[in-house]
Amino acid sequence: MLEVAGRGRHALLTAPTGAGKTLAGFLPTLADLVTTPHAGLHTLYISPLKALAVDVQRNLLTPIAEMGLDITVETRTGDTPSDRKARQKARPPQILLTTPESLAILLSAPESLTMMAGVRRVIIDEIHAFGTTKRGDQLSLCLARLQKLAPAMQRVGLSATIADPESWAGWLAPDADAAAVEIVRAEAGVDPEIDILAIDDRIPWGGHNGRYAARAVMQQIARSRLAIVFVNTRAVAELVFRDLWAENDEALPIGIHHGSLAPEARRKVEAAMAAGRLRAIVATASLDLGLDWGDVDLVIQMGAPKGASRLLQRTGRANHRMDEASRCLIVPGNRFEYLEALAARDAVAAGELDPDAFRPGGLDVLAQHVVGLVAAAPIHPDELYAEVRSAAPYAGVTRDAFDRVLDYAATGGYALKAYERYQRIVAGRDGLLRLRSAALARQWRMNSGTIVEAVAMNVVFGTGKPGRYGRKLGQVEEYFAGQLRVGDSFMFAGQTLEVTGFDGADIHVRMGRGSPKVPVYAGGRMPMTTRLAARVRGLMNAPARWAAMPDDVREWLELQARISRLPGLDDVLVETFARDGRWYMAVYGFAGHPAHQTLGMLVTQRMERAGLMPLGFVASDYAMVCWSLEPVDDPRPLFDPTVLEDELADWLAASPFLRRAFREVAIIGGLIERVQPGVQKSGKAMSVSADLIYDVLRKHQPDHLLLTAAWTDARGKLTDVARLADLLEQAHGRLTHVRTAHVTPLAVPSMLTIGRERVGAEADSALLAEAEALIAEALRFD
Amino acid sequence: MDVAFSFAGETLVPLASGALFWPAQATLLVADLHLEKASHFARKGWLLPPHATAETLAALIDAVEASGATRLICLGDSFHDQSGPDRLLPEARSALQLMTRNLDWWWITGNHDEDAAAALGGRVMTETRLGPLVLRHEADAGDRTPELSGHFHPKLVIRQRGRHIARRCFARSATKLILPAFGAFTGGLDVADPALRAALPGPAEALVLDGGRLLRFPVV
Repeated sequence: MLEVAGRGRHALLTAPTGAGKTLAGFLPTLADLVTTPHAGLHTLYISPLKALAVDVQRNLLTPIAEMGLDITVETRTGDTPSDRKARQKARPPQILLTTPESLAILLSAPESLTMMAGVRRVIIDEIHAFGTTKRGDQLSLCLARLQKLAPAMQRVGLSATIADPESWAGWLAPDADAAAVEIVRAEAGVDPEIDILAIDDRIPWGGHNGRYAARAVMQQIARSRLAIVFVNTRAVAELVFRDLWAENDEALPIGIHHGSLAPEARRKVEAAMAAGRLRAIVATASLDLGLDWGDVDLVIQMGAPKGASRLLQRTGRANHRMDEASRCLIVPGNRFEYLEALAARDAVAAGELDPDAFRPGGLDVLAQHVVGLVAAAPIHPDELYAEVRSAAPYAGVTRDAFDRVLDYAATGGYALKAYERYQRIVAGRDGLLRLRSAALARQWRMNSGTIVEAVAMNVVFGTGKPGRYGRKLGQVEEYFAGQLRVGDSFMFAGQTLEVTGFDGADIHVRMGRGSPKVPVYAGGRMPMTTRLAARVRGLMNAPARWAAMPDDVREWLELQARISRLPGLDDVLVETFARDGRWYMAVYGFAGHPAHQTLGMLVTQRMERAGLMPLGFVASDYAMVCWSLEPVDDPRPLFDPTVLEDELADWLAASPFLRRAFREVAIIGGLIERVQPGVQKSGKAMSVSADLIYDVLRKHQPDHLLLTAAWTDARGKLTDVARLADLLEQAHGRLTHVRTAHVTPLAVPSMLTIGRERVGAEADSALLAEAEALIAEALRFD
Repeated sequence: MDVAFSFAGETLVPLASGALFWPAQATLLVADLHLEKASHFARKGWLLPPHATAETLAALIDAVEASGATRLICLGDSFHDQSGPDRLLPEARSALQLMTRNLDWWWITGNHDEDAAAALGGRVMTETRLGPLVLRHEADAGDRTPELSGHFHPKLVIRQRGRHIARRCFARSATKLILPAFGAFTGGLDVADPALRAALPGPAEALVLDGGRLLRFPVV
């Protein structure tokens, strides 16, 4: 690192977790500050987590104090008191530790121009956590601004082991020039030990979170110092915690950690971990990143890991030492998941990680960012355009697209030129852009950021008396909260809570008992990665590997080969069979849950038109199963890829996905106000919901910038269109159709989920009528 | 007109848009247009689509044409704020002025707009009587005279098979009928909300027009 820094080059350091890369990133800074006195800000450190910034400060201050150095280190996050923030602008420390959100706000201040002018280095920690997200877009734009204020600034990216460092170098570099970045690879540590749990050679048919294995998991915990039990969703975290507690005969101290718990509650659990007071912690991706919270010696992954990179990173949470192997135990939920777990283990052993899907930066993020830059200082649009394009995600933004973003930021971007007098950004005679008022800059600061949470209600201890409440436990989504009534109980933070009342945005609760509901959270599981899917197919086509598999899995595959056939390496297997007077069609696409979900919609729509009377479908990461009153004789036309775009457009436009995506871009793009946490959504007439705006815009200006942005998001994130299109092409070219006399072994895991699916979005009218009929029936006296 | 219902001896016809037609009086009633709500936000820096006023007026014209009404009564909060009429775009202003000239147009004043709309033509009143009904912006729980009002933006919220469905609705009791908000940018208040229940004493019902049928839901 010192060498690269000496040459003044940008650098990307990749190292396994625990290799001490954060400290390595700071070494050149410390060396430089010791030899060359530097007044003002020298190094900016950017972390994805506030807590990580605080942790790094502690880890830096110790060696600085031990060596008796005179170097100032401070943090600046959303938690920093405003008087300290003001002081930092006047007299900055030499090293400032911050987050992308706080940095963006700092860069909107006029003082940033002088404050940042002398910055020598910027260190971006856990860069892999940013790159392909909207936070990454924002960070990249901030780096472009920093580089302009401090042209000699050296960029340093720190990353866990990643599949494709060259692409990341391009992301990190100014003007996406990967050649300007030197890639430094730390030596690999000892290979991890990854095991897959199979109790007595049994793996269940259905399920996907491994809850059946609670007893065995508890035994593993008892044999370890400290275990992290990773699960894939927040709802499952609550369920698994409860299951473990039921098997916890020795009453070992175990905790729970997920993104909906109150920050104080999370800090408390983290501190208990660090102090060695816990034996296990059930966690979601909220513990994926960064901190070294104690002496973890075992990671347990409940359910399939969904990706090799993810498995490796999670495994790395155990044992932050280079000379000992990290240990991980995967608990597969069903037989497909066993194969997936094995595939992930193979991939890690082979060093084959999942590449990240880089995509063009979001226009909503750009719209937010340009307002912040204009707030900092007047700027000419040409200059602004050049600056924006030097950020890798925006390297391809055309002048036309940029001008549209600018017009949107200034006047809302409407065809009706109604808002000239309310423009937020005005161009002066000098051609420079300025913000119309200081009030707009304040408003921008209150609403900036790229993370949009679902509308939530606070969970607090209380008796239901307005204004009187106790400790805050966390948040549940408004949608779930709306279903709760006084006296209901629900699972939260590892406890059963009973609702005692409602007060504005707060749900008052007390400790309860009984059969609780489980909160639903938006944004569920991650889909299995494409590379992992290819490996799962590979395992199915390698009978030599079957012998080492648990009996249940081996027999399942052998039986499938006899009754039907196994999916090939690159075909699409389609099975049709009859059962209970219905016709079933199982499609093994291995394209991930979202793509199969969309495929199910598409295929059943086409079946409807073909008069086959489809009744429903279910989707998993591996397959889609649909059923109908008439049989599918020739599946091929159902997979015709040619009209996909049109059908998808119709469906997406009517689906809740696009509305949800619109709400997000409307908040990020600064069209509607962010609901501040803990503040009750203002009354009926005060705000305008994103849904109503969406309806009006779609009708009157379908090409509006934010609709375009929402459309891009929905296509990319929610329906995995690329994978679906690939799947259809594949099915069209290489479709294997097998008719069987009855249900096949591979179809069973999907069939077991039938009946748990939700009805489609178009069914509202039918449900309304049904509700009325039910109520009418209940109220009948005869 | 099989969706018609009887209220205080009068036959009333709800329209899917949220308007109410009273055939015996050849009168169309609407509540809470909240015109120029978007520009009210735009002044504060939130540049909401300016098309909402045009959208609301177009729906209003459709309702007038579909019903054949010769009188139109707005039950208050026709503009989102007092200075709303000054911000109307020229096309919207002429469309409104044309309607107030061609129809017998009554503005009932609301809590948001007071008498702001007077400049656009039509009669302005705080409340009035028509036939056996009293018309006002906000329901008066203490008045037993059969009454039509707006103000609350009632909506029905139900959960059926795991789905959450919200629709604008009419809320009624034996002597009170509250219209849904008609404006394109108006949200709603759950009919079961205590504030709305207090304004609608006694047994109450939510009426929803869906697919040409009138659905009735008791409000608990």
